[in-house]
Amino acid sequence: MAQIKTYVRPMAGWWRKNPFFVRYMIRESSSVFLAIYTLILLVGLLRLTQGEAAYEAWRSALTNPVSILFHWLALLTVGYHAYTWWMVSPKTAPNIRIGGREIPEMLIAAGGLLGTVGASVLVYVIVRWM
Amino acid sequence: MKRSHEPIFWSLFGAGGVLSALLAPVLIFITGIITPIGLWMPSQALEYSRVLGFAQHWFGKLLLLAVISLFLFHAAHRIYHGLHDVGVHAGTGTMIASYGGALLGTLAAAFLLFKIGF
Repeated sequence: MAQIKTYVRPMAGWWRKNPFFVRYMIRESSSVFLAIYTLILLVGLLRLTQGEAAYEAWRSALTNPVSILFHWLALLTVGYHAYTWWMVSPKTAPNIRIGGREIPEMLIAAGGLLGTVGASVLVYVIVRWM
Repeated sequence: MKRSHEPIFWSLFGAGGVLSALLAPVLIFITGIITPIGLWMPSQALEYSRVLGFAQHWFGKLLLLAVISLFLFHAAHRIYHGLHDVGVHAGTGTMIASYGGALLGTLAAAFLLFKIGF
């Protein structure tokens, strides 16, 4: 049977043509980095159950330059996603009214960003000194 | 009408999104960068006995399970829908691979946290 030859618009590299879509793809790539990072944590948990030698081997693997580079890329992309997550939060959050008035959009976004900064400082202090 | 399963995945995606926006950058920075290179964080901060104690405490278990499970479901949801952008269309196979993987990771974490003791 003859194949019907309809024109299909080529989509290869569609996102490279527009800076907005380039930023979109960088942001979405963070999901892959986050998944891999979480799997690294899961492996760490597995090694933790296997005793001190296994856990320390996992720790020393993390000092490999490839690992450090991966974590820097993960930090940049996941951090960028965290920033955009809070910047759209006024659109995605439930509509909360205080005294009949809507909360200003910038206040919701700023609250989220401050939450990330606060949580980061808190985690650092707990891991380092508590 | 067939009920949609989207609300479940959407909730897990949202919860994971909030938790990862709050904690993922600092966790990556501490466990993957500053502790391994020994800058601004002494190596003893993540030593065996300390992390073991954390994983054996009920609150530590809860936090570790929440982080691993919700991060995985959040990432799975975005990878599942993001595959479309690189020309892989959403279907049963990609759904099982993404959400199934997140579920498997959750079960593994729960099992390990139980196995590690209290």
